[in-house]
Amino acid sequence: MFNWRTKEKIIKNILLFFAFSSILFLTGIIIVLFKEGAPIFTKVGIHEFLFSSDWYPTYEPPGYGIFNLLAGSIVVTIGAMVIAVPFGVASAIHISYILPQKYKNIVKPTIEMLAGVPSVIYGLFGMKILGPFLQKIFHLPTGLTALTAMIMLGIMALPTIVSLAEDAITAVPKNFRDASLALGANRLETMLRVILPTASSGIVTAIILGMGRAIGETMTVLMVAGGAALFPANILKPVRPMTSTIAAEMGEAPVGSSHYQALFGIAIILFLITLIFNIFADMAQQRFKKKVSGE
Amino acid sequence: MSDNKMEVKNLDFYYDDFQALNKINIPLKSNKVTALIGPSGCGKSTFLRTLNRMNDLIEGTRVEGEILFDEKNIYDPDVDVVALRKRVGMVFQQPNPFPKSIFDNVAYGPRIHGLKDKGKLAEIVEKSLQGAALFSEVKDRLDDSALGLSGGQQQRLCIARALAVRPEVLLMDEPASALDPVATAKIEDLIAELKKDYTIVIVTHSMQQAARVSDNTGFFLMGDLVEFDKTDKIFENPTDQRTEDYITGRFG
Repeated sequence: MFNWRTKEKIIKNILLFFAFSSILFLTGIIIVLFKEGAPIFTKVGIHEFLFSSDWYPTYEPPGYGIFNLLAGSIVVTIGAMVIAVPFGVASAIHISYILPQKYKNIVKPTIEMLAGVPSVIYGLFGMKILGPFLQKIFHLPTGLTALTAMIMLGIMALPTIVSLAEDAITAVPKNFRDASLALGANRLETMLRVILPTASSGIVTAIILGMGRAIGETMTVLMVAGGAALFPANILKPVRPMTSTIAAEMGEAPVGSSHYQALFGIAIILFLITLIFNIFADMAQQRFKKKVSGE
Repeated sequence: MSDNKMEVKNLDFYYDDFQALNKINIPLKSNKVTALIGPSGCGKSTFLRTLNRMNDLIEGTRVEGEILFDEKNIYDPDVDVVALRKRVGMVFQQPNPFPKSIFDNVAYGPRIHGLKDKGKLAEIVEKSLQGAALFSEVKDRLDDSALGLSGGQQQRLCIARALAVRPEVLLMDEPASALDPVATAKIEDLIAELKKDYTIVIVTHSMQQAARVSDNTGFFLMGDLVEFDKTDKIFENPTDQRTEDYITGRFG
């Protein structure tokens, strides 16, 4: 029917279309986000939108300040990192340098499996086990608090951090380790002075991607954070991060209303934050590659 | 006291069930260069790494026999491996400077052994770089990254880094195999210079190199030490037929 030259051309173009489709989808998402959300910035002003803490989208007159939601997301994410980074980096060190190979082959995939658990299951655990537990030990009116969300997000970010940090540490050439040990350094000195400094930018990448996981997580925080749009001054009180706000309210916001636009506005902010995280993660990754390859 | 800095007695070495070294006996004389030659996989590098116990890092390895270092067996249970490695320095086949500055590379050893005094550190760094015949080339850029140096310079930096902890024995695992002829010649001159202060053991693929730099030579074949003698004797009048076959290029 066709000669081989035409056939090859057709196949090439089909593959090209698929290759570009993900870029196409991303562009589409960005366009929709800004088209639907941008009007709120002109309506209430960017400054007011970001820094006012009056989130009363259904009141009269309404308030569209997302400061408490933004702060909720940031505080919960930082809290999650305070938990996940020490645990994650310590496990990464242990897996890469202390654990015998045969156990490593079991432990690492197991930790990575944690990443595949649906977030609603983490939510259930936080809601029904961790929440009541915290409520009991701190004598709280509700166990669904910022702290609950921090712990759950910390656990959820762990597999990302462990897995990527372990890759980074393992990618440090073994001859750096040998050189250090041959100079009479012990294993701890070798780890702290040679391996971790060399792996540091790779570990930073792991942490930033873990943060991205935490700040974008929706279902779990919706279930365990308590949902009050208060400034997170006390981590033992409920908070409402940006993601759960969008998820909880979008269903009730009339299409095209200011409320609807404001929720898209939040999505824009969230999108920009994760975009920045990814850019930084990528920059750190490039630095790491350079360092390890010795250029 | 004998003039043996180290003395290897009936050393067997195993990777799991595989025996890589069979009953090795070698005296390593003070302030001499001992070369270890043999075809790939003959056990010469494995042997070298038993001298500072670097093989301990490999899972499933086992040693029998003893290696006396100033009359004390380094495989005794009470030996501090970290202290041993401070006294027995090592230079690797691939130059492996840390991704740090030239200064920090050389100062690494003294620093981990507790030296903080900046003046003293600077002094040791300068001395070690001079000892490795590198100082004049890098004295104006000690704070630059070591990774910007050429391969030959990196290898001399690694030698300087090893010298900075003032070892008594220096092990070199094919230190010139990744270098060009000019850089190789520099390393060889350096070895001749260094033996005044150090006992040197060098593994090499190049028989010419062994002949040029060493006082004694051991020929390894399939985990056995076939012959050990003065270098001249090994190269001019070897006792064992296999040694002669190897050095005349009939195999290997």
